[in-house]
Amino acid sequence: MGRTLAEKVWDAHVVRRGTDGAPDLLYIDLHLIHEVTSPQAFEGLRLAGRPVRRPDLTIATEDHNTPTLDIDLPIADRTSRTQIETLRNNVKEFGVRIHSLGDADQGIVHQVGPQLGLTQPGLTVVCGDSHTSTHGAFGALAFGIGTSEVEHVLATQTLPLAPFKTMAITVDGTLPKGTTSKDIILAVIAKIGTGGGQGYVLEYRGEAIRALSMEARMTICNMSIEAGARAGMIAPDRTTFDYLQGRPHAPEGADWDAAVEYWSTLHTDEDAVFDAEVVLEAADLEPFVTWGTNPGQGLPLSGNVPVPAEIPDENARIAAERALEYMGLTPGMPLREIAVDTVFIGSCTNGRIEDLRSVAKLFKDRTKHPDVRVLVVPSSARVRLQAEAEGLDRIFLDFGAEWRNAGCSMCLGMNPDQLKPGERAASTSNRNFEGRQGKGGRTHLVSPLVAAATAIRGTLSSVADLDGVEAPDGSPLEPATV
Amino acid sequence: MEKFTQHTGVGVPLRRSNVDTDQIIPAVYLKRVTRTGFEDALFAAWRGDPDFVLNRDAYTAGSVLVAGPDFGTGSSREHAVWALKDYGFRAVLSSRFADIFRGNSGKQGLLAAQLAQDDIELLWKILETEPGTEVTVDLDARQVRCRDVVVPFQVDDYTRWRLMEGLDDIGLTMQHEAEISEFEQTRAAWRPTTLPAKHLPPVEVVAARPVHADDALS
Repeated sequence: MGRTLAEKVWDAHVVRRGTDGAPDLLYIDLHLIHEVTSPQAFEGLRLAGRPVRRPDLTIATEDHNTPTLDIDLPIADRTSRTQIETLRNNVKEFGVRIHSLGDADQGIVHQVGPQLGLTQPGLTVVCGDSHTSTHGAFGALAFGIGTSEVEHVLATQTLPLAPFKTMAITVDGTLPKGTTSKDIILAVIAKIGTGGGQGYVLEYRGEAIRALSMEARMTICNMSIEAGARAGMIAPDRTTFDYLQGRPHAPEGADWDAAVEYWSTLHTDEDAVFDAEVVLEAADLEPFVTWGTNPGQGLPLSGNVPVPAEIPDENARIAAERALEYMGLTPGMPLREIAVDTVFIGSCTNGRIEDLRSVAKLFKDRTKHPDVRVLVVPSSARVRLQAEAEGLDRIFLDFGAEWRNAGCSMCLGMNPDQLKPGERAASTSNRNFEGRQGKGGRTHLVSPLVAAATAIRGTLSSVADLDGVEAPDGSPLEPATV
Repeated sequence: MEKFTQHTGVGVPLRRSNVDTDQIIPAVYLKRVTRTGFEDALFAAWRGDPDFVLNRDAYTAGSVLVAGPDFGTGSSREHAVWALKDYGFRAVLSSRFADIFRGNSGKQGLLAAQLAQDDIELLWKILETEPGTEVTVDLDARQVRCRDVVVPFQVDDYTRWRLMEGLDDIGLTMQHEAEISEFEQTRAAWRPTTLPAKHLPPVEVVAARPVHADDALS
């Protein structure tokens, strides 16, 4: 019988098959490190007198905790500074490559791997961060791990893992104008629920997925974890190869040819069987927003805030009541009437150059709504430099937005970029949990297009709500279109 | 790792679904570089509410958390497990756990026991009607006992074995060092390595400056 993409990558990395219920031992090709989930792992190595087995398969960056302003000054928050310094000391001691704040290759760990060409099809990629699923967009098996596992990979370059089940998410047809890959994944999560993917690797397939750019694919795979799946994957194709070719760590010459030949085998066989299948019709999708406090609580923007009393399942009803109370929303009110204080454009979900281009296209020759604060945070320093080379920074500043240095920023509010209690954000990030963007802060997850339209109008909006703008059709935006 | 065979302690009914790891421990507490001392951070936002279950005397000393479905979703932070353990929890019962949380628990000796939702509801009723009631979690028998309720739970065989033996994963894997080395010999030469480092030419990154007075203070 044929194998799925995930099974092919898995099988190619089995160091030792588990017997009698024991997990398989899987080899790890690329280990990404950041300051938050690594200090205790390095400390564990030190206590046990163990080295890092493969520093040449390991790379560190600083992202979660770093400020997005005044990055040339000492970090003001003492505990943040200690954590960053701890990472710098650890990588020095153990011989691991790092891209620190101020370095042109610094950025969110899930941007750094792809932009350096380190993330490639068929690899196993891990990081002590649940959004490691992002790298699955290249046809890699990539997933987040806890700190004990970080230590395990540092020490052994392997992980004991029980095999995943596989789920096909097929998106047929063509995305309507004004909708993006973010709307696809929010719709998928709303459909299968925050636990629907638990125990599975998701494989996104179908015409609508094939048509997406590499960056748009990364957005989808990134949020697989929000459906409970540790990993999401997309089979590599010409789009993938084109993205990779010429990047610093991409293979060259004969190696490139050998790599492409192998990568071209990385697709699910026709006769392979998935453990579960979900089908969506792209044409049915609309701009999607979340109304509640988990990423599964989302609806098309044209809808209304749910009425808990109408929800039959008791637990779902209680959860909705609690969410609406936290979010300060009236049951039944149109989603389009929700006014926000902040628009956050950034994160490993939607902080890449195409996201910034699509936002800049709407911001150009406009100014922000007076009651809204707009934060634009590129996912890496290279993305920031690229945006500046294209003149996007001027558009953001003229619009009235803040143009920041790279990092995770307000996605999780570990640095000073936080919502104040009761403040409401339209955010291109990935989690709308209670307090995620700051204690008492309220988050609506949206696409970059919805974020931009909302920044202009002050209430949750789509491109269709803007006068005289034709909604983009979702194809990748080249610099010339700005 | 400490061995786990059976534990009896006060049960805490947490009647919420989708308790994500941002709720278990908010991100601001993740800046520490130690592995212990996270007890105050557990459910930090909710503990400000006097009615929150852990703020009620009968449950304060709880060590068995009985939670709603989809416990531990979201961020991979192992700090969530450390915070539960530091507070004094030895076991969490739920009808469904997020994969990463369950994995992290197993590494740290916190038992994530999966029960049928109906059985969770039974336990909630007892624990809410008679606050302070003890719950026994028997890993050997894969059984939860509370008053006259005796219900089974699921945990995978491997995790159960490791917990009962108190085994450390890295030590177990190190026994297969020769096989790891052998595997490394078979990897294609064109697979990427991070060293020697390659990158685009270095460019100076200009620091963004505050435009709001608030930001300058932070």
